[in-house]
Formats: sequence, C-alpha cells, structure tokens
Amino acid sequence: MRRARTWLPGLLLVTPSIILIGVFVYGMLGWNFRVAMTDQHDAVSEGRFVGLQNFVDIWDLPRWHLSVNHAIVFTVVFVLGALVLGWLLAFLMEKGIRGEGTFRAIYLFPMAISFVATGIVWRWLMNSGTGERAVGLNRLFEWFGLPQWQWFRDQDWGMAAMALPAIWQMSGYVMALFLAGFRGVPEELREAARVDGCTEWGVYRHVVLPLLRPVTLSALIILGHISLKVFDLIVAVSGKQIITDVPAVFMWVAVFDSNDPAKGATIASYIVLSVAIFVIPYLIWSVRKEKRS
Amino acid sequence: MRRWLAAVSITMASVLGLAACGGGGAGQATQAPAASGGGKKQVEVFSWWTGPGEADGLQAMRKIFEEKNPDYTFFDAAVAGGSGDKAKALLQSKLQANTPPDTFQGHAGAELQGYIKAGNLEDLTPLYDELKLKDVFPAQLVEQISVDGKIYSVPVNIHRSNVLWFNPGVLKEAGITAAPKTIEEFIADLGKVKAKGKIPLSIGSEWTATHLLESVLLGTLGADAYNALFKPGADWNSPQVTTALNNFAKIMEYAGDPQDDWQPAAKQVADGQAAFNIMGDWAYGYFHNPPQGGLGKKSKTDFDWAPSPGTEGTYLWLSDSFTLPKGAKNRDGALAWLKVAASKEGQDAFNPKKGSIPARKDADQSLYTDYLADALKDWSTNKLAGSIQHGVSVNQPWLAAINEAVGLYIGSKDVKALQQGLADAATANAQ
Repeated sequence: MRRARTWLPGLLLVTPSIILIGVFVYGMLGWNFRVAMTDQHDAVSEGRFVGLQNFVDIWDLPRWHLSVNHAIVFTVVFVLGALVLGWLLAFLMEKGIRGEGTFRAIYLFPMAISFVATGIVWRWLMNSGTGERAVGLNRLFEWFGLPQWQWFRDQDWGMAAMALPAIWQMSGYVMALFLAGFRGVPEELREAARVDGCTEWGVYRHVVLPLLRPVTLSALIILGHISLKVFDLIVAVSGKQIITDVPAVFMWVAVFDSNDPAKGATIASYIVLSVAIFVIPYLIWSVRKEKRS
Repeated sequence: MRRWLAAVSITMASVLGLAACGGGGAGQATQAPAASGGGKKQVEVFSWWTGPGEADGLQAMRKIFEEKNPDYTFFDAAVAGGSGDKAKALLQSKLQANTPPDTFQGHAGAELQGYIKAGNLEDLTPLYDELKLKDVFPAQLVEQISVDGKIYSVPVNIHRSNVLWFNPGVLKEAGITAAPKTIEEFIADLGKVKAKGKIPLSIGSEWTATHLLESVLLGTLGADAYNALFKPGADWNSPQVTTALNNFAKIMEYAGDPQDDWQPAAKQVADGQAAFNIMGDWAYGYFHNPPQGGLGKKSKTDFDWAPSPGTEGTYLWLSDSFTLPKGAKNRDGALAWLKVAASKEGQDAFNPKKGSIPARKDADQSLYTDYLADALKDWSTNKLAGSIQHGVSVNQPWLAAINEAVGLYIGSKDVKALQQGLADAATANAQ
C-alpha cells in the first residue's frame, strides 16, 4: 500500500492522456497503415491485403511526382528562409536596440495567427493581377517601379512564393529561439575571443554559432515537420489546384473526391514517414543527451 | 493523502472534460429535429442554399410546403459554402452514422452514384409514376438522370453550362460583328481581340478550365458524340477527341492570367478588360443583380451572351435535385417535400429568385425575363447534354481524375498526356 502511494497518483494522472494518445494517435496511425496495405479503392469494397503494392504504384502517378517536388521546393525555401531571417532578427536584437521588447512582440505576433488566416491575407497580397488590375504586393511593386510577379501561380516558382507567408509567420519564432541561444552564450567566452584579436563578425562565426548548434537543430526539426505536412496554408491560398499541389492536399482529394481510401492512406503514410525522418534522429539525440547529463 | 486527492480530482476533471467534448457533439445533434415539435412533425431539408437569391428561393418553396402540409414544419438544415463542399462532407458523416436528413440536395445525375452504390437512396420511380413526372420533364432529362432504369432524385432547377459571355464594346473595338458560331470562328475572334491588346478569354481557378473543356468538347463533337463519351467502353482516344483537345489547347493559349475564381474572371468581361468568358448561367445574376450580390451591369449593352461556340441547339445542363435517403425519420414528410419540389407551383416560386429555370416544360413563361426567357425557350427545344464539372455525366471520382488531368495539362501543355489522362479516367470510372 505504501509503495502504491508513490507511483499510483502519477500513473492516474497520466492515464487519460496515455489512453487518448494510444487510441487517437497510435491506434489511428496503425489503422491508416493497415488501410494503405489493402486494395480498398472505393467507399464500399472490403479491401484485401496487398502488401506494399500501393506504396510502389503511387510512383507511377505524374501528380504524385509533382506534389513531392512541390513539397521539397516549399520545404527548402521555407526552412532556409525562416532560419536565415530568424537568425538575422535575433542578431540585430542582440545588438541591443531600443525598445527591444516591443520589436520582439511584433516579430512574435504572426505565430499567434493560424495558417488559414495568414493564407487568406496572403492570397490577396500575392494576387497575380498585373498592370491596372494589380493589388497587394504587385501594386506596391508597381509604385516602386519593380517588376510584377505571378506569385504562387507561376508554373516554376509558385511553391517558392507559397513559402513566403510561412516564412513571415515562423521567422519570429526562430528569432526567439536564437535570441535565447545568444543569451545563453557566456560573455566571458566572447571577451576571451575579442582579447585574442577576433573581429566582431568572427566572434559570431567561431564562438557563438558553434554553441548554437543545438538551437539550430531544434529549429530545423520544428520547421521541417511543419513544412512536410503543410495543408491549411496551401488550401487557404489556392484551394485544391494542381499548380500548388502537395501530398497533404493530394491525400484530401484522394479520400473525399476520388473516394479512394487506400490511396489516401498511402499518401498519409508517406507523409508520416517523411516527418519521421526529421523527428526520430532528434529523439535519439535528445535521449542520448539526457543519459549523458 | 493530499497528493492522492489531488491526483483523483485531476483525473476526474480530465474525464469530465472528455465527457464535455462528447456532450458538445450531442449538443449539435439536438439541433436536429426531434420527433415532434408541438404536435407537428418536422421535415429536415438539407441543402447548401444560403447565398442571396438561392436562400430566398428556398424560403418561397418552404412557404408553399407549409401551406399545403399544415401537419409538418420545415426544418432548414442548410450548410453554407458554394457548390456544397462543406455540406457534402457533413452529409457523408450523417449518412455513415445512419442518421440521414429527411431529404438532401445533390447535383442530379452521376454525382449521386456514390450514394446509390452505397445503398443510401430510395428509388423514386413510384413517385415519378404517381405524379406523371415523366410527361412534364424533358424525356432526355429523365433518361440522363436514370441509373439502371431507376430514378433517385427530383430536379428542382436547371442551369446551363455552355454559355459564352462577352463584352459587346470590346468585340466592336476588335471588329467582331457577332458572337462566334463555330470553334474556328471563335479562335479567329480570340486572335483579333489579342491584336487589340485586350484579354481575349478570361479564366479563373483550375475548375473553370474543366468547365471550358466541356464546352469545347461539346462544340467540337456535337451532342450525340459528346453524350456517348460517358457510356461504358467509350473511346476517349479517338481522333475526334484529339481534335477537340487541340482546339482546347489553342483556346487556352488565348486565356488571360488565371483569376482567383469565376467571379473575378467574369468581372474582367464586365469591366471591358476581357472580351469573352465561358461560364454557367449563374454568371447572369452576378452581372445583372444590383451591387452587393452582383455588378449591376446592363444586359445586352454592358454584357451579352450566346451559346458557347459550336453548341447552338444543345443545352449543356446541370441541376440541383432532392433525394429520399433510406432510413429517413420522417419519410412521409420528405415525400410531401419532394412533391412540392416537383410541382409547377414550387418550381415557379423557387427559380425566378435563384436565377435558374424550372426542370418542368410547363413553367409560367411570364415569370422569366431577359436571359432566363432565352434559357427557357432553349430548354424545351434543344438537345440535352450533361455537364462534366457539375456532376451530371461523371461521378465524383471520375470528375476528380478529369480535374487532375486538366490541372496537369495547364502546367505541362502536353495534349497527348491530357488525352491519355482523360482516357484512363474513363476506363477506371465509367459504369
């Protein structure tokens, strides 16, 4: 009885969330993989086990190649953009500008907005009208005599433009991460470098940046997994059009328009796997670090 | 002991929280009609008519329904959202939970096939026989909404898909005297407009390209060959379809930058920035209605219309219809609603407000003016062909595959791949 007193309350406390996560995350995940391995290609059929057939067949679809390419372009532009911009903002902030608190709040605010709201505003900003029909950014560019763009409707660079709202939304968060990281670097280390004749830039390059590797890594993982499963932003900006198709949108169309649960589940499985590529190394790394300390 | 208490109370709180979430769902369900509402039985009518015009039309039909059926009250279960994307998702979950509304709206034709195959709908052929509906609807309409000889829905209104909207001023400027009658004339006219520096053909998001494609297919193939494309075993690889797709490719070369949706594309014509736009006749209300719901333009001077090139004499139709789901709580009430929806009185009350024409041939012609008078005249005399984009000729998976092929074409400009995509879509889905 006395022993139970030490572990039972803790267990009781976490049981509801263990059950919920077990059913709604891992249970559903397992069910999804099960459906992905059947030939249930319409709403009514039972579906026989076909192994990994669906996972192979999907590579024959031109649309799948397109949506994977789009996801890659989006991820590269979004992750790099948010990292560089976030780092730059944190760097300027760290130089001790006046009203730092205000600026920090301003840059962090976009994070409080949902991707859908961001998307609706940016759909207008990135309207592809040119000349007298220009609105949003194109109108602004016209005033300054800059070239006007097709933005997300551009056949080649549309997905890069689509990453702009995501960068706008998440770079403030990256800034906060980096700023905390900068503050964690002891002043003595910097001073030691300066005494040894290091330039200010060199201090950042050789002292601060290496110490920020863990922060950069966690930022990369957070941005990377958001990016690979992006759905709401795309739908809010462009709907379910092929020109901005990504795996998550393709999955939605496969399930609700094509009534093909097996295909949708296959795409969902690929999304989970691609996110796992980011998350699992991070988990291993953090578990190891915990053990070490 | 205190720790125990804290743990138990937190656990209880989270369980209660869960129950509250469940309760939220149940709370929504109580909005659905209870069996009795003060002695009167409710009829739950599920639609996506919430916009200006269409909601007014629904209210007009409701009035007639409640006058004729004092025992029933009308429960409006409309879900907002154009073309019913959200409504259909909610409907799907209601059907799967076996709690269908008493009657729901759906595009007449192949779009209902999914529900029919899943066994969600009752056969309405007896109702058609009782009301002699086969005599008042055009024979081709009855044929095109029948599945294996049975009819599962009552069409309330008819819209036309193959309408060419144009700006007379821009045409005059380009030296075009009349709306083009054939695809060849159309392509030549597009060139003339382009030479004047205006947008020859305005276009919206990707679905409007599929909408354009169905008009070009019909205009090139003619009504009979077009209708044959949707029979099992139809040949989408034929040279005739190749010709049609090449026409589509040529026309698309003259399209302006894609707009957000069909309204901004139509507005380019109304504002004199573009010459032509091919869109369904719901665009008439948008052009004609006073500001707020529309652009307040004058018909025949600010904008004008003609059947899309090569399709004169054919009515490329689509229709909203009501169904009878299996397991409806108030089946008699639903049947009473369907009778009103099928009646001349009901359709004449609904359609002038919605901006469409009745499916019945015996409508009161004086109620329909301007564009609608033209449409009504054509409806009773023209051959009929079913729309692709709006659910008449193809079921949902087939439409998704066609939209995919068209979307990929816009990026690749590869006509051969488009034809292969369309052919594959037909083999996979025709039934």
